[in-house]
Amino acid sequence: MDSTSLEPSLYTVKAVFILDNDGNRLLSKYYDPELYPSMKEQKNFERNVFNKTHKADNEISLLEGLTIVYKSSIDLFFYVVGSVQENELMLMSVLNCLFESLSHILRKNVERKCLLDNMEGVFLVVDEIIDGGVILESDPQQVLQKVNYRADENPLSEQSVAQHITEKLALTSNVSHSMTTPSLHS
Amino acid sequence: MIKKFDKKDEDRSDKTFDALWKSNLIFLLTQSRIFNETPINPRRCLHILTKIIYLLNQGEHFGTTEATEAFFAMTRLFQSNDQTLRRMCYLTIKEMANISEDVIIVTSSLTKDMTGKEDVYRGPAIRALCRITDTTMLQAIERYMKQAIVDKVPSVSSSALVSSLHMVKMSYDVVKRWVNEAQEAASSDNIMVQYHALGLLYHLRKNDRLAVTKMLNKFTKSGLKSPFAYCMLIRIASKLLDETEGGHDSPLFDFIESCLRNKNEMVVYEAASAIVHMPNCTARELAPAVSGHNMLIYYLTALRYAAVRTLNKVAMKHPSAVTACNLDLENLITDSNRSIATLAITTLLKTGSESSVDRLMKQISSFVSEISDEFKVVVVQAISALCQKYPRKHSVMMNFLSNMLRDDGGFEYKRAIVDCIIGIIEENPESKETGLAHLCEFIEDCEHTVLATKILHLLGKEGPRTPQPSKYIRFIFNRVVLESEAVRAAAVSALAKFGAQNDDLLPSVLVLMQRCMMDSDDEVRDRATFYMNVLQQKQKALNAAYIFNGLSVSVPGLEKSLHQYTLEPSERPFDLKSVPLASAPITEQKTELAPVASSKIPEKLAPSRQDIYQEQLASITEFQGLGPLFKSSEPVQLTEAETEYVVRCIKHTFAGHMVFQFDCTNTLNDQLLQKVRWEERPCGVHSWNTV
Repeated sequence: MDSTSLEPSLYTVKAVFILDNDGNRLLSKYYDPELYPSMKEQKNFERNVFNKTHKADNEISLLEGLTIVYKSSIDLFFYVVGSVQENELMLMSVLNCLFESLSHILRKNVERKCLLDNMEGVFLVVDEIIDGGVILESDPQQVLQKVNYRADENPLSEQSVAQHITEKLALTSNVSHSMTTPSLHS
Repeated sequence: MIKKFDKKDEDRSDKTFDALWKSNLIFLLTQSRIFNETPINPRRCLHILTKIIYLLNQGEHFGTTEATEAFFAMTRLFQSNDQTLRRMCYLTIKEMANISEDVIIVTSSLTKDMTGKEDVYRGPAIRALCRITDTTMLQAIERYMKQAIVDKVPSVSSSALVSSLHMVKMSYDVVKRWVNEAQEAASSDNIMVQYHALGLLYHLRKNDRLAVTKMLNKFTKSGLKSPFAYCMLIRIASKLLDETEGGHDSPLFDFIESCLRNKNEMVVYEAASAIVHMPNCTARELAPAVSGHNMLIYYLTALRYAAVRTLNKVAMKHPSAVTACNLDLENLITDSNRSIATLAITTLLKTGSESSVDRLMKQISSFVSEISDEFKVVVVQAISALCQKYPRKHSVMMNFLSNMLRDDGGFEYKRAIVDCIIGIIEENPESKETGLAHLCEFIEDCEHTVLATKILHLLGKEGPRTPQPSKYIRFIFNRVVLESEAVRAAAVSALAKFGAQNDDLLPSVLVLMQRCMMDSDDEVRDRATFYMNVLQQKQKALNAAYIFNGLSVSVPGLEKSLHQYTLEPSERPFDLKSVPLASAPITEQKTELAPVASSKIPEKLAPSRQDIYQEQLASITEFQGLGPLFKSSEPVQLTEAETEYVVRCIKHTFAGHMVFQFDCTNTLNDQLLQKVRWEERPCGVHSWNTV
């Protein structure tokens, strides 16, 4: 019975992760250094959470002393984890923002293959929503504006010969472009 | 543009696709030589960076040298103007900050981006920069940070504020100088900037209660727009109320109460939770909070869950306040989310009447197998409380509990059920036979030794007093034959109790005991032989002393006395009376010398205070010659609680000496007490010598 109220803090999210429908990790970020510091514990936790939640799409659960809100789509599962005393609606807003933003950049194809094809967009979206456990942005429109990512029309795995040649041509035009603009020093 | 592919393409792409993602980091390192090509190919570099971050996330390891090499290679990518590539570079910097050396070489690039014209880079550059900054560098970029905090672009301001918060741990003094800028940022219109500014201000000022109060007053009057900021304010207000023990007429409470009428549900919920958690809330104050929750029951799952959870907590302290919601709660029993349904049922159990118990129990039994272990324990605890409230319903409860025992479940769950059944048996003599029968059935197939021994002990205690004790003997003896050593030993003790109390069973028990004497385990044989001999004497007094009554002394105390006895050779046999009697074990320790219980360990009976003192004194060489500790007093406060240092005294009485233990606690954070000296002024006529 938790009767102590939460210490006021901006650090509200403890972890966020995306799993596929076999429970394998596609992306995960842990923001609380005391929560499952080793990779083994993290994977264990993810497996437990997956086993308890993938059967029923229930949105919210209490596991291992943590509140977990989750959502699934086709063959992906999205989880946001917070302390058991955290405001559940706040965690939900993070989850919704994440889902809406990803939905947009993946052009509504929120499924494993599309996600992996556009992994950089996914990383950037997560980075724009939560920073070190603090909710940075909760409005999907804002997130999309900042990430400014277009779903890749030509993922690496799909390169046909034609596409490969087109790329080479683009490269040569790039060379002439870079010769005229001053290069930035690092 | 929707892509269409035929099945053949999909299969082929899946294979290459998976192969690409499974490539290891070393391979990627060779690929990262591509970063050195001119001109930079943004797409390929982007893919490589993405894969590096992905594999790091999967748990693959980069050695420090490789990481540093890759990091250096990546810095060349700053020459490209591709936005996504640049953003991914920032991300890579953050991910590799801990595993690569010399990450500060990117500082100047990041500083340039942070103050540059491209707004889309500034926020992320700030966050990356602050991730790699150390204390010395922080002073150098202080000017830029201050400018960034008050920047008009919200993303820049937010990034700067959040990064400043992260750096408070590293360098509080430097960040504290930015408090004016944070104050200015708090008056921004952007809802996230307000939230971040408020958070940073609170973190910087939280040790100064006056400053926090002033800040709170200002913000509650000025009316922020951000729901996140409101939640933060509510938490700060309730913490202040808690610390100052402010009453419900304080303006802080009024503020929280006004938040119950906020348009945003997140704020309403936060306010209602805060009120409900306040320790001295009366039912009248709870009413608006509870009706706020009631409203929430109709919304989304998460809201329903949040509402039900809080109502559950309220019901523990003020069940009458929640009865207004019973109708709505009953609707939730059939909710598709099992956690919500469980919480609804347990709340109803706390607030329901005797007649509704049957109906509720039926509803729970239908889905209890689908809920997780943690919720099952919650349900069992609610039933346990209910059994105490309505003792006449014990038969319904007992049936339900025994069904639950038969299902699958973890140790905690089964233990909760067993404790509940034992509780019912102890309260209700009529339920004893059914209860014991259920427990016997359970130990037939129980994998937890602790539970089996507990139940056997109970059987030994209660079984002989039932009208037909012989039926339990079969169960107990089966355990002797089939189970592990600890359970067998417990079964032998239980059997002995039957033999001691029921004369007609004595011959059968003696026969069974004889079989136990052939057991493979030492403890079992010893116990069997011991009990055989005692029982064969057929004397009531002996039975009472050795079979029925447990040990009246504390175990650690006994251990110490025995150890003492073995050290000093003596003609006299060991006298149990020299061991101090067990004082009631205290589960919660308040003295700072005692071991601190962490929240992860389930409640364990801590050794009694006296035993702890004994251990500590024995470890000091000067005190070892004093003999066993007779008694320790309670700690006595010698100073008031608010002075700079607090002194408590504990008196330890030994056979021929008294030891005074002074605990001196420093209450100020900034000062260190050194060279603490103690002076004694004897003021009595006793002839004490100070050693």
